[in-house]
Amino acid sequence: MPRDFDHRHSGHCETGTVSALFRDCGMDISEALLFGIGGGLFFVHLPFLKMGDIPLTAYRDAPGTIIKNVCKRLKIPMKYRKFRSEKEGMDVMDEMLSSGNAVGLRTSVYYLPYFPPDMRFQFNAHHLVVFDREDDDYFISDPVFDHIVTCSYDDLRRSRFAKGTFAPKGYMFYPSSLPQNPDLSGAIRKSIAYMSKRMLYAPIPFIGIRGIRYLSKRVRKWPALFGSEKALVNVGTVVRMQEEIGTGGAGFRYMYTAFLQEAAEITRNKALSEASQMMAETGDKWREFAVIGARMCKTNDHSQESYNALSDKIMEVSKREEEIYRFLKKNI
Amino acid sequence: MKAKDVPQEEWIKGYGTRACYAEDENGKYVVVQSKGWEVEKIVNSQAHNVIKNRIEEAKKEVEQGKASPLRYYMEINQMDLSLLASNAGIWKWRVKRHLKAEVFRRLNRSTLQKYAHALRISVNELLNLPKSDPAP
Repeated sequence: MPRDFDHRHSGHCETGTVSALFRDCGMDISEALLFGIGGGLFFVHLPFLKMGDIPLTAYRDAPGTIIKNVCKRLKIPMKYRKFRSEKEGMDVMDEMLSSGNAVGLRTSVYYLPYFPPDMRFQFNAHHLVVFDREDDDYFISDPVFDHIVTCSYDDLRRSRFAKGTFAPKGYMFYPSSLPQNPDLSGAIRKSIAYMSKRMLYAPIPFIGIRGIRYLSKRVRKWPALFGSEKALVNVGTVVRMQEEIGTGGAGFRYMYTAFLQEAAEITRNKALSEASQMMAETGDKWREFAVIGARMCKTNDHSQESYNALSDKIMEVSKREEEIYRFLKKNI
Repeated sequence: MKAKDVPQEEWIKGYGTRACYAEDENGKYVVVQSKGWEVEKIVNSQAHNVIKNRIEEAKKEVEQGKASPLRYYMEINQMDLSLLASNAGIWKWRVKRHLKAEVFRRLNRSTLQKYAHALRISVNELLNLPKSDPAP
């Protein structure tokens, strides 16, 4: 039997992992609050960076950024380790586990057998918590699962040392100590200012609000640029990045709504709860975009009108988001 | 989105529920369990079809003698050239050559062993196409 672990089902793997690690050390901060403090909300569309021939679109920052930002803003000393040797990586983890600690890991989804085959892609930035070991089995609190899962030594090793983009190299992290009373409201203010600034004043046209606009313009040209079949795969990929397991729905916009609500209570700033309302509505708009996109994929709809409708929807979202970030920036 | 509007359309077997954020009856955004959404199902199966097509393509080329079985195993593991190269610890330009049937046929045991290890199969399996596609 593994030791007790307070496993909670989360929207996103990285925030869920950090939240679980802190909780295990006696500091209970919700996933949504950590997501906001980590400044996790983002947008990027890079036409030249392709993953499997399809331009990269993301609604969040690069893997690991949230953890780094959270620890910086809450002044939490987090220990990070990478390993050259696979055996050493496993041994150090085992030592931590046998002294009763939990560790966060970065892994590849593809090699984790508890994921059903339909969910297994070569994706190297999945975060999870290992908290106990019994013989060959590791007990894992995987934030995107609704129950505790197990994994064998060999599979976990393979997954921790997977190769390719974002290769984890055994990446392991845990808090070495936790502050008594972290300054939540200060961290909230800093993170909201940081996030809105980044969304509003992107130095290049592919990120933030400019990135959303850019995507809107590109979508119209996809059938001409990629040909009808591949254009639809492009549409599907953007929708997938937005709605796949690990976003909490609507490309993290709903999770950020939860953050703004909690932040409004902590900072006693009514403007934030007003902003949360606006963010929830934007989430709904993103979902409408996903519905149009999925319908096109399902019915093999290649018409230019549909691409135009998609484009218009994204443009509408960009305008609303711009309002939110301006409002946040003014009222923080 | 209201909690009662969270889609509950089951589609991935063996995966429980996913955590979505939605508004509860008190107006608070909280984690709500969802069995899945048709939109997810559509785009996920599209992504898998892309992979499946690549596998079929590779299989055809192997059967026609144009490509080596390595090409098939690369696709079935969702790898590209550089990922296979770094997994096997072999230069990319060499892997590219090994995808050709005639070059692959002359490979020595230790190179084959490297590929087999990277692809989690035995050397014997690597030499031929399997009877049916293995799951990831």
